[in-house]
Amino acid sequence: MTEDEDVRAADTMAPMRPVDVASRQESPPQSVETVFDIQGLTAAYGPNVALRDVGLEISRNVVTAVIGPSGCGKSTFIRCLNRMNDDVSSFRHEGRILYHGTDLYGDGVDPVEVRRRIGMVFQKPNPFPKTIYDNVAWAPRVLGLKKGLDERVEKALHGAALWDEVKDRLRKSALSLSGGQQQRLCIARTVAVRPEVILFDEPCSALDPISTAKIEELIDELKDDYTIVIVTHNMQQAARVSDFTAFMYLGELVEFGETTRIFTNPNDRRTQDYITGRFG
Amino acid sequence: MAAVEPRLTLRGDSRVRRRRFVNRLAEAGAALAAFIAVGLLGIVVWSIAKRGAGELSWGFLTKDLPIPFSPDKGGIAPLLVGSAVLVGLAGLMALPLGVGIAIYLEEFASSRMRMVVQLAVDLLNGLPSIIIGVFVFGLLVYGHAQTAWAGSIGLAIVMLPLITRSSQEVLALVPRAQREGALALGASRWRTVLGVVLPSALGGILTGTVLAIARAAGETAPLLFVTSIYGRSIDWNPAHALPNATVQIFIWSESPDPADHERAWATALVLMMFVLLTSLIARLALARSRRRLGR
Repeated sequence: MTEDEDVRAADTMAPMRPVDVASRQESPPQSVETVFDIQGLTAAYGPNVALRDVGLEISRNVVTAVIGPSGCGKSTFIRCLNRMNDDVSSFRHEGRILYHGTDLYGDGVDPVEVRRRIGMVFQKPNPFPKTIYDNVAWAPRVLGLKKGLDERVEKALHGAALWDEVKDRLRKSALSLSGGQQQRLCIARTVAVRPEVILFDEPCSALDPISTAKIEELIDELKDDYTIVIVTHNMQQAARVSDFTAFMYLGELVEFGETTRIFTNPNDRRTQDYITGRFG
Repeated sequence: MAAVEPRLTLRGDSRVRRRRFVNRLAEAGAALAAFIAVGLLGIVVWSIAKRGAGELSWGFLTKDLPIPFSPDKGGIAPLLVGSAVLVGLAGLMALPLGVGIAIYLEEFASSRMRMVVQLAVDLLNGLPSIIIGVFVFGLLVYGHAQTAWAGSIGLAIVMLPLITRSSQEVLALVPRAQREGALALGASRWRTVLGVVLPSALGGILTGTVLAIARAAGETAPLLFVTSIYGRSIDWNPAHALPNATVQIFIWSESPDPADHERAWATALVLMMFVLLTSLIARLALARSRRRLGR
């Protein structure tokens, strides 16, 4: 069995396009600018340590995937990147997350401003119970970006590949949309405030295969303008959309590197076992 | 004749039968207790309706209070107006405060502060209403004059914990994902509450307030010392002591004139219908908004 077939063998879980990582033509852009420099990140909820000494660099305008079995700490990890864990009272952390050289958890850093620059799309679509238009326009209004609001909304909906489907019913409730459309609306909502980074926390886990494919295409387009980090437990998805992949297991970063290499020639035994479906 | 002896008998011996009997007995006792609750409500409604219905008429609802011992029967219009003013003002005071406390507890407070404030609210809820009446009397009326303002403050104290608790319950039902969605867009916590959480919770908060109003409309003790000396005609001015239903029922039921007793029953019937209907409608609305949020 070649590595390639191994990857395919593990594909039985997901009824998706076949994975053919090795033959992917485009190589990751040779970006040099580091957006996140994570150093020795350890995080815990009360006595439960979720992350242990994680260190990696995330580059600009590429897609970085974080994969691993349930409970490996990948959600905790991504939620550290925009301080979404601040509200969990038992949460504490050590180590540094440098964002363009500034420690996200440093003194005087406002988590609200952090989240304005680093947006997040969640596991389950969570549109507000408002109209489609207001879902996208809400955050710009709150942030005082009222000028050219209509254009901003239209552009955001275009950006999320949703405009054609909703342009005639912008004043209808967002809850009338399908799950996949709702998730793209949540992406549009995030894009509307023009963050620099978009974090995706298992964005397709509640979606059907067709909606999933649309989101994946979208992520591929978005990386021209945004730095993207995506958490997924679906390794085929990681293989399809990402340029770099981090494999986490039991709170530790096992391996990090170019996606093509991780999926064809992993250094660590555990990575290989996971991507070939021996556990997970 | 040899009967086939079954190896396994499922009929149960005397001990099993005894246990079954005890079980039935306990079930019957519990059911009886439940029926007594329903029965009590039925008896109260029935007896008040029976005694109060005779007096009810359009004139009774629209005329001024009667002159004692005069042949003119009079009516209770001033009581309805006065009670509405008292309860309305109390609602206006208690609603923003109660919702504010609920928002603090659900959205901002640390778990320790939450415990402390919540305990205080619960204790306030358990405060005997006569104590509230005495407190308001001592604070605002003693040495001054009776006013509807004072009465409505007393009623607001009664309503405050109810509104706080019901608002808290509704806020807790707003999914966490909604809050996180808003926070992840770079909205501050307050904007998140204002723009995303409150609009979802508004229906439930308002119905909780209506329930509290229904409860306050039936309170006598907080009003007894602070708005009980009043005129016979309709008055809307909260700076005066205003005629109101509960205190007047008390006064009439203490009166030596049998005609006043009739009036007390009829006023009690009107008050009861108002309270029962508003609570019923508010509860239905609350259940509906809870279902909608729980989705």
